[in-house]
Amino acid sequence: MNGVFDLAGTDGVGPVVVPEEEPVFRAEWEKVVFPMFAMCFRAGFLGVDQFRHGIEKIDPAVYLKSPYYEHWLHSFEYHGERVGKVDMDELDRRTEYYLANPDAPLPDHEDDPELLAFIEAVVPAGAPAKRESDKAARFKVGDVVRVGREAPKGHTRRARYIRGAVGEVVLHHGPMIYPDTAGNGLGECPEHVYTLRFTNEELWGAEHAEPNGAVYFDVWDPYIELATHAATPEGVLA
Amino acid sequence: MSAKIRTQEEIAARVKALESMLIEQGVMTTQAIDRMVEIYENEVGPQLGAKVVAKAWSDPEFKTRLVEDASEACKELGISGLQGEDMVAVENTDSVHNIIVCTLCSCYPWPVLGLPPNWYKDPQYRAAITREPRKVLSEAFGLAIPEDIEVRVWDSSSEMRYWVLPQRPAGTEGWSEEELAELVTRDSMIGVGTTAEVPA
Repeated sequence: MNGVFDLAGTDGVGPVVVPEEEPVFRAEWEKVVFPMFAMCFRAGFLGVDQFRHGIEKIDPAVYLKSPYYEHWLHSFEYHGERVGKVDMDELDRRTEYYLANPDAPLPDHEDDPELLAFIEAVVPAGAPAKRESDKAARFKVGDVVRVGREAPKGHTRRARYIRGAVGEVVLHHGPMIYPDTAGNGLGECPEHVYTLRFTNEELWGAEHAEPNGAVYFDVWDPYIELATHAATPEGVLA
Repeated sequence: MSAKIRTQEEIAARVKALESMLIEQGVMTTQAIDRMVEIYENEVGPQLGAKVVAKAWSDPEFKTRLVEDASEACKELGISGLQGEDMVAVENTDSVHNIIVCTLCSCYPWPVLGLPPNWYKDPQYRAAITREPRKVLSEAFGLAIPEDIEVRVWDSSSEMRYWVLPQRPAGTEGWSEEELAELVTRDSMIGVGTTAEVPA
């Protein structure tokens, strides 16, 4: 979907502010939201692509102005409701209760050794997105390709600033989960992933591009086609 | 969807409300929450990436393996995991300076760098770094890249995770890996900072 989360090249959002130091988590609530992903993933609420799409659906004004981990909270609410595990009226009631009684305890519960073991195992093991596939790669390193103009309404990683742009394939990573299906609940449908190199001039125009630079961006096979226009690779990419 | 911006107190109450429901369903326990926080506060952080970089500076064969397949090379040092299942270490040279970003969300190589700093996830960095990387480095990070050095910005749009292998500082001949690791900053592996100053 086209949205404000797709930030590359957006002007006027202000300077990058870098504090001298900051803790890993800035508030106690952030320490609860961060582990929610791994545990909601284990419980079958969402995969990582669906998680991202849940964040993309946040009201754009809220997205730009809210703290980072609140984005995660929105996605867990969205997917919790979608899979029938979170009743929003009940969530609202409990929110009012804890707002009035911030020190009220959480429900009594037992430790769960299996959940703890899951955390200990998944952190170092990860959850790889590479997949086996019989699909042949349509492109190879060195190919000059153009990113399609498609603007799907669901989840995609086709950032607007690379749509229509011509770049060179510089790395081929093999088949990986396809976010355009997985993020929309349509299955993994693996596709080959490539890294493309775009010159600054190609992305922003010669007049507005910084000199001597390039952007590297990963695309899935269906995003691109061989560039067929007459320009030489030197003319397009130099 | 409401466009209301919540206060910290409202967010905290909302989080606790959801946490209470997930605890009752057996999805979460406070024990598992505390453990995961402990891992990313104290165990997984940029000191791991620094160890990898120092080894690459000291051991040319390891560096070759690292540039070839960063995830496999990191596993030799027991470094692997979530958000770094498939990593690529991009090497700075006399003619190339690399920077990482995720313009669509907040992808970052957790196993070597830990969780990202807030500025990395904020709209401002994500908006500007592909369009004006030299300006951002100069204005926000005080790092000027000479024009004859190419600037490459790696936008982590897939599950591949990029991070920067900085150049070994001059004047460190004969240093041990432990001493070298002390010079490797988080920002030098993001590409927005230098390695630490070598004492004269």
